[in-house]
Amino acid sequence: MSTEQATESRTKGEPLLSVENLRTAFYTDKEVIRAVDGISFDIYRGETVGIVGESGSGKSVTARSIMRLVDTPGRIENGRIMYDGEDLLDKSPKQMRAIRGGSIAMVFQDPLTSLNPVYTVGNQIKEALRLHRGMSGSEATREAIDLLEAVGIPDAHRRVREYPHQFSGGMRQRAVIAMALACDPELLICDEPTTALDVTIQAQILELLEELQEERDLGIMFITHDMGVIAEIADRVNVMYAGEIIESAPVVELFKSPKHPYTQGLLNSIPGQGLEDGERLATIEGDVPTPNEDPNYCRFAPRCPKAFEECDTVHPEPVDVSDGSGPHRAACLLYPDDVSTEEAVAVHRNGEVRGGDTR
Amino acid sequence: MSTTSTKEEQKTRTSQDTILEVNGLKTYYEDGGLLSSNPVKAVDGVSFDIERGETLGLVGESGCGKSTLGRTLMRLEEATAGEVKLNGTDITTLSGSDLKQFRKDVQMVFQDPDSSLNERMTIGEIVREPLDVHDWKTPQERRERVRELLETVGLQEQHYYRYPHQFSGGQRQRIGIARALALEPDFIILDEPVSALDVSVQAKILNLLEDLQNEFGLTYLFIAHDLAVVRHICDRVAVMYLGNIMEIGPADEMFDEPANPYTHALLSSIPEPDPTIGRDRITLRGTPPSPRDPPAGCPFSTRCPVKIRPESYTDLDTEVWERIEVFREVLRERERASPSVTERVRELLGRETHRSGMDEIVTELFGEIDVPGGVMKHINEAADYAENDDEDAARTYLREEFGSVCDHERPGQLGVGDKGRLSLCHRHETEYEEPSTVFETLVQ
Repeated sequence: MSTEQATESRTKGEPLLSVENLRTAFYTDKEVIRAVDGISFDIYRGETVGIVGESGSGKSVTARSIMRLVDTPGRIENGRIMYDGEDLLDKSPKQMRAIRGGSIAMVFQDPLTSLNPVYTVGNQIKEALRLHRGMSGSEATREAIDLLEAVGIPDAHRRVREYPHQFSGGMRQRAVIAMALACDPELLICDEPTTALDVTIQAQILELLEELQEERDLGIMFITHDMGVIAEIADRVNVMYAGEIIESAPVVELFKSPKHPYTQGLLNSIPGQGLEDGERLATIEGDVPTPNEDPNYCRFAPRCPKAFEECDTVHPEPVDVSDGSGPHRAACLLYPDDVSTEEAVAVHRNGEVRGGDTR
Repeated sequence: MSTTSTKEEQKTRTSQDTILEVNGLKTYYEDGGLLSSNPVKAVDGVSFDIERGETLGLVGESGCGKSTLGRTLMRLEEATAGEVKLNGTDITTLSGSDLKQFRKDVQMVFQDPDSSLNERMTIGEIVREPLDVHDWKTPQERRERVRELLETVGLQEQHYYRYPHQFSGGQRQRIGIARALALEPDFIILDEPVSALDVSVQAKILNLLEDLQNEFGLTYLFIAHDLAVVRHICDRVAVMYLGNIMEIGPADEMFDEPANPYTHALLSSIPEPDPTIGRDRITLRGTPPSPRDPPAGCPFSTRCPVKIRPESYTDLDTEVWERIEVFREVLRERERASPSVTERVRELLGRETHRSGMDEIVTELFGEIDVPGGVMKHINEAADYAENDDEDAARTYLREEFGSVCDHERPGQLGVGDKGRLSLCHRHETEYEEPSTVFETLVQ
């Protein structure tokens, strides 16, 4: 979907999925790791929301929290995940099983591990059809063939009887997508779906996702670490750092005028952006920290080239930094930039109280 | 440009300071079984050279043979044919002390810093090991050297006594680089050194590699699949597909104006980190063929979007032509997935098998479009062969009818541009249109 259309759909109607102040923590002997620490975002119908960040920033835990797939020692501690007017965190395991793979489906990074090697691809699609749509026998086979054709697998009549090892990497990911589509979901969560694939195959899969979205008005949450892929597929981007969303903007806006120093650093460190011969790549000093303390300071401050004293004592809240072309928020003490730094810091200091009711 | 001028070009090249010269190198993997008549042709006849002090990038999709090529240059795999000359000596036949000496001059940095470092050794021991193996000076001096190396790659002296698990991915890759530098090699093979790292860490390692090259005058072979990284760090680039080098030449020129159809398609499939860029993408159909059974003609002929058509079909509608290619692909795919036991049983019982369903596929592909009668006749003929269990005949029939020079004849490496770029494609021959011209018509 084009960005204009997406913005249009944003202005009208309710979001499909709304994550509010979600916090997921992992309890280890040594420390509590706040892998996802108070994030909020919406996904609208027909829109692709990208989540981008480096490894360990909490992207995948976000996806797994939405699907309620967080295992011990992890725990969803706080927040709401509103879907269809109801909070997914209040659902019983049985209700969740009906939603998972039903109206919300997920595509994982490695297609080989999401397919069972001892069942044919057709059988695995038919299992989803049986569980969620009560289909069986030749009706289910027929539907499975249609699904494989819909994701662009030629010769689906024969392919449906083949095992995953007989499929190539790209074909496997197509089959996984077919399976995710089996129950006509409204929301598709893609966790690095093209990272394990080659570029020419990645291009095929991205094209397929865009077509399917247009046909079915899917909401897509797309997780990746690749800024190129994000630029291509997302309508809206959330940048994550150490468990928090530090910037959120429409895709064109984000690439044109990134506001948070981390986003700026991230974009500058991608090679091949009009650098002259022999010019060095820009880097971000230091490493991604483990978010194991209360968020009462800026987690990026130790690596930030623009950090000042208050960054160590005041936690930045997301503030509006848009210049008119759609909602754009950044969590940085430098903003809002139309007031003096002291005033800006005061905004963050008095910012909305975090947390809320603890589960 | 003709083939003769290509030879001249090569002549001038060899007069420069060449560190590595590869001629007709092949690496085949045999099954080792009784019937291993059909080896995997991982590297299938490549030739190139590398100048002292330059960085040659080697790019391609997974399974194209780029890592095997790197490993063969290191003598980690044995070459099946061809020669590899390092400083004028053919290294494919070295043995004993000569081989050991060679291993001092060439080092490798591996992709995965998790599995290439021994978890039970300290960093000091890991970096010192090559020095120990080659009995470099005294133990005292070796320890000194390791400390010096750690500093060179941006680690600290006190890291000597730590273990790999105490380090992040980027730091581990630095350790791997320190180990590779220990014996002061001339030539380093970097096998996807930054693929496992996040962008911000990746940038640091790339900067380090450039610094080291300037400081020690190193020559790199940089194997990668990330083309943006390759463009940034490499002087020249070789693009591999199915064991062949499809195009080789100066990096900037190749990225700006790719000559080979495969390079063109590969570049156009990379997502640009800029959402405003309009895309005239060429999305390739299908997947690369099996390296066990590569196409007889051009390696890229099964997926090439600008394949030369036989004369009688040059005016055929693109859509129809495209579907014929898909039909041929389906038949090839059917051969690749050999029938399972249950399918053989079904066949014996006279039930529906994988060979049947020809009607459905023909309808699926050609049902909704307007196919000229002459073409449809050939397709039905081939479908009949396939229906009667003779898929081989069906494939041959289609190849005879719809095949062109691309299917029958292996192209040579022809010169493109004036900077010694070579490209493996029939379209550079004078009687055909250049690939870029055809791509332009496709995009419109």
